Amino acid sequence: MSGDAVIPHLVLSTASHLLLAPVAHAANDVATSSVFSPVSAPADSVVRVATLVLIVTAGIFAVVASLLVYSVVRFRRRADDDGSEPPQVYGSDRIELAWTVIPIITVFVLCLVTARTVYDVQAAPRPADALEVTVVGHQWWWEIRYPGFATANEMHVPVSEGPAARPTFLALESADVAHSFWVPRLAGKTDLIPNRHNRMWIAPREPGLYLGQCAEFCGTQHAHMLLRVVVEPAAEYARWVAAQQAPAADDPDASAGRRVFETTACINCHTVRGTVATGRFGPDLTHLMSRATLAAGAAEMSRISLRAWIDDPDHVKPGALMPAMQLDDAATDQLVGYLMTLR
Amino acid sequence: MATIDPAFASAHPGASRTSVPGLLHGWVVSVDHKRLGLMYIASGLLFFVVAGLEATVIRIQLAIAENHFVSPQVFNQMMTLHGTTMVFFVGMPILLGFANYLVPLMIGTRDMAYPRLNAFSFWLSLFGGLLLYSSFLAAEGLFGGGAAPDVGWFAYAPLTELTFSRGNATDYWNLAILVSGVGSIGTAINLVATTLCLRCPGMTLGKMPLFVWINFVVACLILVTISPLTAAQIMLLLDRFLGAHFFDTQAGGSALLWQHFFWIFGHPEVYVLMLPGFAFVSEIVPVFSRKVIFGYPIMVAATVAIGFISLSVWAHHMFAVGMAPAANTFFAVSTMIISVPTGIKIFNWLATMWGGKIRFTTPMLFCIAFLFQFLCAGLTGIMLACAPFDWQLTDSYFVVAHFHYVLVGGLLFTIFGAIYYWFPKATGRMLDETLGRWHFWLLVIGFNMTFLPQHFAGFAGMPRRIYTYGPGRGFEIWNQVSSAGVIFQAAAVACFLVNVIHSLRRGARAGSDPWDAWTLEWSTSSPPPAYNFEELPAVRSRRPLWDLKHPDDPDWRFE
Repeated sequence: MSGDAVIPHLVLSTASHLLLAPVAHAANDVATSSVFSPVSAPADSVVRVATLVLIVTAGIFAVVASLLVYSVVRFRRRADDDGSEPPQVYGSDRIELAWTVIPIITVFVLCLVTARTVYDVQAAPRPADALEVTVVGHQWWWEIRYPGFATANEMHVPVSEGPAARPTFLALESADVAHSFWVPRLAGKTDLIPNRHNRMWIAPREPGLYLGQCAEFCGTQHAHMLLRVVVEPAAEYARWVAAQQAPAADDPDASAGRRVFETTACINCHTVRGTVATGRFGPDLTHLMSRATLAAGAAEMSRISLRAWIDDPDHVKPGALMPAMQLDDAATDQLVGYLMTLR
Repeated sequence: MATIDPAFASAHPGASRTSVPGLLHGWVVSVDHKRLGLMYIASGLLFFVVAGLEATVIRIQLAIAENHFVSPQVFNQMMTLHGTTMVFFVGMPILLGFANYLVPLMIGTRDMAYPRLNAFSFWLSLFGGLLLYSSFLAAEGLFGGGAAPDVGWFAYAPLTELTFSRGNATDYWNLAILVSGVGSIGTAINLVATTLCLRCPGMTLGKMPLFVWINFVVACLILVTISPLTAAQIMLLLDRFLGAHFFDTQAGGSALLWQHFFWIFGHPEVYVLMLPGFAFVSEIVPVFSRKVIFGYPIMVAATVAIGFISLSVWAHHMFAVGMAPAANTFFAVSTMIISVPTGIKIFNWLATMWGGKIRFTTPMLFCIAFLFQFLCAGLTGIMLACAPFDWQLTDSYFVVAHFHYVLVGGLLFTIFGAIYYWFPKATGRMLDETLGRWHFWLLVIGFNMTFLPQHFAGFAGMPRRIYTYGPGRGFEIWNQVSSAGVIFQAAAVACFLVNVIHSLRRGARAGSDPWDAWTLEWSTSSPPPAYNFEELPAVRSRRPLWDLKHPDDPDWRFE
């Protein structure tokens, strides 16, 4: 937001690049999720205040550590020591006052900057045209609800830049235990807590794929609760929305597989819009093939991994809550064939 | 010496040995504060080795991307047990053990105020630890093999509810901590009563050694902070066994309620663990700098201030739960304020060394490393206190690095320093200095190798508590270095254990005052007799032995 007035932005960003070169080097690398490569407003504000804090703490470290090194070297007992005790100094009101007051002033400045950033991020007004997305945490996947359709584990949002900037506001909920939404290049974390409605916002300014994952321990597969956020230009985003809103494909070649799907317990947990499958416990599969990964990032999306997943979810993602359906090979092949048509 | 309880004499090296059962019996029935102190420390060291092995499993699993060394279930158990054990069955017992052993000696009395309560509290603590580990044998009851708690040491609701944690492993965690918590409260009551009522003639509150002052504040903190945890644990028990819904979100319970209860215990608990480390440093640094502690009154004031402020910072663990901006700001400010008294302490230790004649014995080496490492921990603490920065850093590996700099680079180093410093008093023999230096340098290298890179893993976006991670996200290098550091740390601990075993039998004789120190425990024999002092001492200053050694220049003229 507008923290620039207090902190000269140029100086800080240069300093942050110097200080944090090792972690921020991969700014354009898709795989990076460094907190020091921000591409969105709240993450930018964090880097600004963080850089100031890093500079202040580095200064304190330099001063105190050099005093420590100096006193350890200078006041070591010498080989020719006569065994007498050094002068005993019991204290000094003036010196002690100095190293009470100076830290208080430092802390005061840091508190002001912190408070300002907290309010900048948390109290940012919500534009009327902001995109509203609801994210629901599940053990161990992300349900992502848009007006009119739902998807999972892969969120698409428009770039928010220029005069028609359109930030995305997220409503965060949980279906079971506590989770935390964390895509480091977009914003800090906000937890998804059952019985609680949390909010956060992002305003990404560069198209791209940004990786994140659950950051609050949520049970066995906490590690495989990955999240992909695709930021795309407004037109591309609109195309994606249109494709997602469409009902599921109904390929006659896959009708046998569809029958398997509709007559087994799959439909208790999964939704495929336009069929009898309306379950809500598992991810919406209407456009399964539009997503790049399977089981919240546990595997790449492919025929082979999809088959392995359906055959024995526990093998692909130990502890996963989807049961093995005990289908024979033919039925599994038909089912995979059907799912592969859900583009 | 003839009047000493024979069982006591036999337990100490150099004295005559009786049969093993007799010896064991002597220890089990003992209500002597020194023996209980040593048993506390020994049980803490035993659990330290266990929890260290658990950490090793964690580091092996994370050494490379997509490793299959252990299953996610086992990893989560290791992570839970490591944290729980280190806090409740390593940190607390060792620190309470030192307080138990040293406070009566330092204030010149014969025992704690309530010796039987003391014994009761120790055994609660030990059996709490054993209860936790018996979950491996019994958590699944008759239905199959054992299991261990896997909900994290913080046991966030509603993951701990019946819906999400089946079996009894979570109940073992709950009851084990509850039992040992009652033990900690018992010992805290004892320390408060001892400090207030049993000081020797002349020892006003203002003349107590800093060690005693700090442990007094710690005991008060324990009384205030363990109770909310115990209350929350009883609520969790009610949820799990009697169908209450305090934390059962599916029936309208509150997940946040547990977090508030846990951290209003959990953050002061950090100071319950860390302040005794300050206490060790405040005794060791002056002796080996050959100077009186600089600014005693402000050190006491800083300790008391830390005690009070630490009660108002708990929600800085919860910056990401969606609190209002005003609440986030309040807890950020209160957390930053606590760095002021903490900074004062560091400056005063520095000033104590300034102008001294520093002797680089092993205890002093550990204290010097502590000063550097705790400085780092304090500064990363300021970063975490800055709420917006914390939104990125919380629950990332940065936090893991930060609190290991506090609890290992800070606390563990001071514990080792304290063991090297007071081992001669408790056993009558010195620990070996050469092995001590090996121990020290290996630990400095291993500790920093393991935990420094974790800061950068956190910056790179690696969350905590994940049992594996994908390749190519910039996490690998930090994790590899981190895991390699374990080898050095393990070698350091091995040096320490060899040193203890070797020195117990063959260490040089210590005499009553090997370090030329100034507090009362060094005025009695090593090990001290059961009654501590033949005649109760009377003191005129904070350094009674300095007064004895320097009758021409006594402290009481200047205090």
